[in-house]
Amino acid sequence: MTRPTTNEPETDVPVTEESVTHESATDQTVTRGQGVTGQGVTGRPTTDTATTKGAAPAETTTDRTATGNATTAEAATDEVATDKSTTDKATTGESAIDAAATDRRPTAGAALTDAASADEPALLEVRGLSVSYRTRGGTVRAVRSVDLDVWPGQVTAVVGESGSGKSTTAHAITRLLAANGGIDAGIVRFGRHDLTTLSERELRTVRGARIGLVPQDPTVSLNPVKRIGEQVAEVLRIHGLATRRSAPSAAVAILDQAGLPDAATRARQYPHELSGGMRQRALIAVAIAAKPQLIIADEPTSALDVTVQRVILDHLQHLTEESGTAVLLVTHDLGVAADRAQRIVVMSEGRVVEAGPTRDVLENPQHAYTRRLLASAPSLTTARPRATAAATAPAPDEVPLVEARNLVKEFRLPAAAGAARTLRAVDDVSLTLHRGRTLALVGESGSGKSTTARLVLRLVDPTSGSVLFDGADVTTARGAGARQLRRRAQLVYQNPYASLDPRFSIGEVITEPLRAFRVGDRASRLARARELLDRVALPGSVLDRRPAELSGGQRQRVAIARALALSPDLVVCDEPVSALDVSVQAQVLDLLAELQADTGVAYLFISHDLAVVRQIAHRVAVMRSGRVVETGTAEELFTRPRHDYTRELLAAIPGGRHASAGDRPHQPKEHL
Amino acid sequence: MRLYVVKRLAQALGVLWAAYTVSFLVLDYLPGDPVSAMAGAGADTGQVDPAQLAALRHEYGFDKPILAQYADYLGRAVRGDFGDSVSTGRPVTATLADALPQTLQLTGAALLLAVFLGGGLAVLATYTTRRWLRQLLLSLPPLGVSVPTFWVGLVLVELFSFRTRLFPAFGNDGLRGLVLPAVTLAVPTGALVAQVLAKSLFTALDQAYVETARAKGAGRLRIRLRHALRNASLPALTVVGLLAGQLIAGSVVVETVFSRDGLGRVTAAAVTVQDIPLVQGVVVFGALIFVAANLIVDLVYPLLDPRIVVAASRKVRPA
Repeated sequence: MTRPTTNEPETDVPVTEESVTHESATDQTVTRGQGVTGQGVTGRPTTDTATTKGAAPAETTTDRTATGNATTAEAATDEVATDKSTTDKATTGESAIDAAATDRRPTAGAALTDAASADEPALLEVRGLSVSYRTRGGTVRAVRSVDLDVWPGQVTAVVGESGSGKSTTAHAITRLLAANGGIDAGIVRFGRHDLTTLSERELRTVRGARIGLVPQDPTVSLNPVKRIGEQVAEVLRIHGLATRRSAPSAAVAILDQAGLPDAATRARQYPHELSGGMRQRALIAVAIAAKPQLIIADEPTSALDVTVQRVILDHLQHLTEESGTAVLLVTHDLGVAADRAQRIVVMSEGRVVEAGPTRDVLENPQHAYTRRLLASAPSLTTARPRATAAATAPAPDEVPLVEARNLVKEFRLPAAAGAARTLRAVDDVSLTLHRGRTLALVGESGSGKSTTARLVLRLVDPTSGSVLFDGADVTTARGAGARQLRRRAQLVYQNPYASLDPRFSIGEVITEPLRAFRVGDRASRLARARELLDRVALPGSVLDRRPAELSGGQRQRVAIARALALSPDLVVCDEPVSALDVSVQAQVLDLLAELQADTGVAYLFISHDLAVVRQIAHRVAVMRSGRVVETGTAEELFTRPRHDYTRELLAAIPGGRHASAGDRPHQPKEHL
Repeated sequence: MRLYVVKRLAQALGVLWAAYTVSFLVLDYLPGDPVSAMAGAGADTGQVDPAQLAALRHEYGFDKPILAQYADYLGRAVRGDFGDSVSTGRPVTATLADALPQTLQLTGAALLLAVFLGGGLAVLATYTTRRWLRQLLLSLPPLGVSVPTFWVGLVLVELFSFRTRLFPAFGNDGLRGLVLPAVTLAVPTGALVAQVLAKSLFTALDQAYVETARAKGAGRLRIRLRHALRNASLPALTVVGLLAGQLIAGSVVVETVFSRDGLGRVTAAAVTVQDIPLVQGVVVFGALIFVAANLIVDLVYPLLDPRIVVAASRKVRPA
């Protein structure tokens, strides 16, 4: 289907309102239009919102134009030739691009007033969609009567926490549901068809060809036994877009377009030979190969490092803007949605609780759930440090709890690739951590932060360097010394789903360290478990339950309770909240800060998420390729980063581009 | 890679040696005396001259201490000489070589049938959307595994030889004679292949890359054949490697039931008369087939799954 990118700014709104806006207040419409430039062709321009837009237009406009809405720019140039209203608008004295961009709405307005059929269709129109899964425990209604629209050339974000039904909604559109899932009601109109009524065979001509999917986890979403090139070429072959002979070179070209460096070589490689970011690019290549009109991106970057995430999203945005492809972006990260989408649809418990233009939703959330989501999104809130209780600097003569000196850890790489090589995972790292304080190790995957923590805990032996715990050198501690360290230093793991023994009851989980160190008797251990549960705000009734019966947040609380059982001096938290939903994240971070204030425990806090670190850490060490590139207090580091890499990390925090407060570090310009 | 093959060959030699040694010890421990059995078979009255027996024992080396016997036999076995059959006097290697072609035909045909029928059944079971058909297909493999081979053979003979006269009931009569024994031998083997493959196919179809393939617009059959099958084939391939040894064992029963000449019947006969050199030859040969089949399977893995070479070496765990 060919389709001019310019003529699609239609809306699902009452036409009259819009026309009124347009006709009655030219000035407002212009500013509104600028808002439109940025936020995309908004769906619901009521007079009301238009006025609020009018109140603060300049910022929006510049902000959004800077982010580079290529479509708009192209659209604009096209319209200059076709639409006579351009001239009128140009007289308002706006810059050429802005003015032309403004025209999009008048064009639509005109079209709408002219045309008798007011409802010029959106590209995708979901109405009353309900999806349920059959499980052993009965039918679970995952999606309840969801309405959703996606316009051509726009990014619509579906935001919600895990279990909100956002992913199910996205998959239900092309009926890519699990075998036990089914659509109960609703229509999914795409172009002229209702996808819910198509036969499987007809649907296959839509999938891949007209609707592309960028899946969630690039590490498992490519077939491990097929070459990258084949997997891209397959789309072309299935839809008859290339011959057996032409497909391989076409695939290379598409991979190149998707931003995969050295595409010809990569095309001959297997997925496991590529990094996560490169694999996601390959999957984007699969999605765009047949030049679809709509791309459904299901958490496309959640599994990737923050800087990689940014580059990938930038590229996806660039590609879709260039081709006028619509995007349905599913994400749990409001920051990502704020940066990328023109419209946001907020889902909770299978329902859409709020939908509208991004700015409206973010600045004027109507639903309590949206407000809660906004409040807990770490990347969107400005600094809200929790770690204030013990913020006073330690006395200079105080013996640090942990002191790591020039730690080095080398791993032997497999000799298969030629001569035996070593990987220096940790390279001359020195750290100091005082009692009652939190030191955050920040870095991307592979930066050596987890290995550093394992060295401090003496779970691995350093190649060189030393570790002092409470003034005593424990680098070579064996037997009783090492056991003493185990007692005083505990660990909270990243994945609360895997770190609790599924066969233990919660009581057994929490008292295990006590049993291991023969602390107290049965009764006193149980009392301690109750006390700890109370401390992490879980009811005593969970003592007899199994981990599987608890939610992720509850499990992480149990893991924290277990870590605190022996009243340790140090708790190493290895990405303790990255597997949790944002609102749960906020609760767990609050809990950690509170426990520190009460017990004076020190945290070595490992995270790739700077936004999280900002809330909890006193000091931060930024790691890259095994080295500490910058250390400083959290405040210093976030407001005055010295190292380029730190700045890069800060800039990559999603949501940064939306933040209007001036306390953000500078944002590098998007490519246009 | 080359180092890997050398290592595996060294392992294979170790397995062969172990097979030889264990069978030697077991056969030595068994009650009965091959020489008296052999001599007794020759004489009508059962009265055998003790001097004659002693001479025979000496000839076969049975009068030496057990360790000396072992060293002696092992030394010759390494050179490919397993001695002569006690019952026929022919060299063991010649006896085996004569019987081998028939058995290779049988087991080869059975293996092909097993892989294709078993594999086909597994793919069909995952392909069909009809619940009852899937259930039916999936209930066949456990049935095939649990039914005794000789019973399957007898039923087939009854149906296809005695009633319809489609295939001969016994003998080594060319291709037609091969059909019933091969099918009989393929039933338990194919059932195992089908069971393992179906299970791993269902697992593979749950993987995220299958969803990617569906999102590409790939059809059900394409997803199964081009995406899931290759990923699912590794466990099935492992089973096939293990089955190679089992096929040799199965040929003992099948060749007896269908009165076919071959390794199986040679084995059965050798065991009955305690023909120790021949039994040892069969054991070592069986071990050889088993080791070779598994080596081939292991060498095929990397061709099916490019990750395997990497996974074979020690993993590095940074940060």
